[in-house]
Amino acid sequence: MTDLSLSNQTMAGKAAPPAEVRSLRLPTQWLGVAPFFIFAIMFLILPTLYLMLGAFQNDAGEFTLENIAALAQPSIVAAYWISIKVSLASALIGAFAGLAIAIAIVRGGLPNWIRSATLTFSGVASNFAGVPLAFAFLATLGRLGLATVILNTVFGLNIYAHGFNILSFWGLTLTYVYFQIPLMVVIITPAIDGLKKEWGEAAATLGATTAQYWRMVVIPVIWPSFLGTVILLFANAFGAIATAYALTGSSLNIVPILLYAQIRGDVLHNAHLGYAIAFGMIVITGLANVFYIWFRTRSERWLK
Amino acid sequence: MKGGRFWAWVVFILGAAYFFIPLIATVEFSMRMRRGAYSFDAYQIVLGDPRFQATFMYSVIAAIFTIILGVLIVVPAAYWIRLRLPQIRPIVEFITLLPLVIPAIVIVFGYIRMYGSNSPLPFLGSDTGTNALLVIGYATLALPYMYRAVDTGLRTIDVRTLTEAAQILGAGWGTIITRVILPNVLIAVLSGAFLTFAIVIGEFTMASLLNRPAFGPYLQNIGANRAYEPAALAIIAFVITWGCMSLIQILSRFAPRSANRPN
Repeated sequence: MTDLSLSNQTMAGKAAPPAEVRSLRLPTQWLGVAPFFIFAIMFLILPTLYLMLGAFQNDAGEFTLENIAALAQPSIVAAYWISIKVSLASALIGAFAGLAIAIAIVRGGLPNWIRSATLTFSGVASNFAGVPLAFAFLATLGRLGLATVILNTVFGLNIYAHGFNILSFWGLTLTYVYFQIPLMVVIITPAIDGLKKEWGEAAATLGATTAQYWRMVVIPVIWPSFLGTVILLFANAFGAIATAYALTGSSLNIVPILLYAQIRGDVLHNAHLGYAIAFGMIVITGLANVFYIWFRTRSERWLK
Repeated sequence: MKGGRFWAWVVFILGAAYFFIPLIATVEFSMRMRRGAYSFDAYQIVLGDPRFQATFMYSVIAAIFTIILGVLIVVPAAYWIRLRLPQIRPIVEFITLLPLVIPAIVIVFGYIRMYGSNSPLPFLGSDTGTNALLVIGYATLALPYMYRAVDTGLRTIDVRTLTEAAQILGAGWGTIITRVILPNVLIAVLSGAFLTFAIVIGEFTMASLLNRPAFGPYLQNIGANRAYEPAALAIIAFVITWGCMSLIQILSRFAPRSANRPN
């Protein structure tokens, strides 16, 4: 089978008659992908580059590092810091909880319908984000929410008196986890499926304990997908604004909300500082992806 | 193994509790509008609100145009890469992942600065142009999902043989794509379409910053001003998302299972 497909591929490279290849190569070769590239350049790459360059220019269009330096003012640093904290906390909680659920439904010996029901629900819940998610959590853990009221009347626990607030770091993190866990489940379940039964049996035959099997086989194998998904979840939460905005208004000053206010009304009184904030966001999500690729190549090399 | 199953149940039940309590709470909250009794008043008010109908229709139409634009961009590119340009696949995959790296708010910020009414391409100078820009923005958000869906669909058919067969029968490129390739990957395209719909229908950031009368900004506005209606809207939004995902699941049953040839 492998041989067949290989020879097919080498054949295919020479399939077209030479004359036709020579005369038509340029137009037909690129015509099919041209709309894609034009679209991507015009509406994805250029707008982003425009902002990134704008971050290094002043109003007169001269090169400057002032905008980047201006990011160091306390209110902006605080916004970045809380954004990073919320994104990281929700990504880590979501990743570990999602991993636990994925392992439970794949390896835990639960009935089969639970697995398919969980995966279906995860598909729905990972896309149930934005403004409606904020409404759901306000109805649950807001001051009059069902969970708040039941905890108070039945268990005598007034969570708001104990310092909990849905409009806070933990409130936002708990809300984000609602789409982070299912996303993790959806992405990591195939990786868990990829763990072959034989590996467990082979490890047992060689005298490995369960802990050793996990430490030396399971974790190294799912590590790249796990780490990759954590980073994806981080970026996912870092750029999200709708949930936070609907949940907290502007009382929780995360970066996307700060940028949103800046785009709407130039609250920082410096257009180029807005570019710098956007630049900072791209740098952070971009760095996250660089780390992902770096870790992945490392662990892949190690897997060999 | 016994202990393993116990922990699996514990994890599953805790997870189920975390996911179902907010849904139950939201349903309960949405029915609390009438004092002393559960009622569907909040739903009636929401569904009867002309602004709900107008913004919802606007977002549905935006979603449909987004899907059309996405298909027009992604299908020819994905097809062509499989057929002729496998060497540029990594570049294209990288580009399709960019919208997951660049936050939507940054993309739309770039649009606002680049395509303002004084720019060479003044999308924002007119209503039609701004609507078009919103659809374009949505298409970038949907790009990763659309590309993945179509590419997966193409993997299950023998692109090269189908193309050669069509060429031998005298078909041109347009005919090949619209009458041979597209019908074969229709289920994959529809999966991508429903996912796009689910993403676009309640999208807030882009619609709000482009000042479009879409469903997302309407939701936000209701959330800031009303008590019980937001909960009803959250349930409606959940049902829509669920509907889209169920359609994808149903469609996937009709999809061809295995590749004729590893491509």
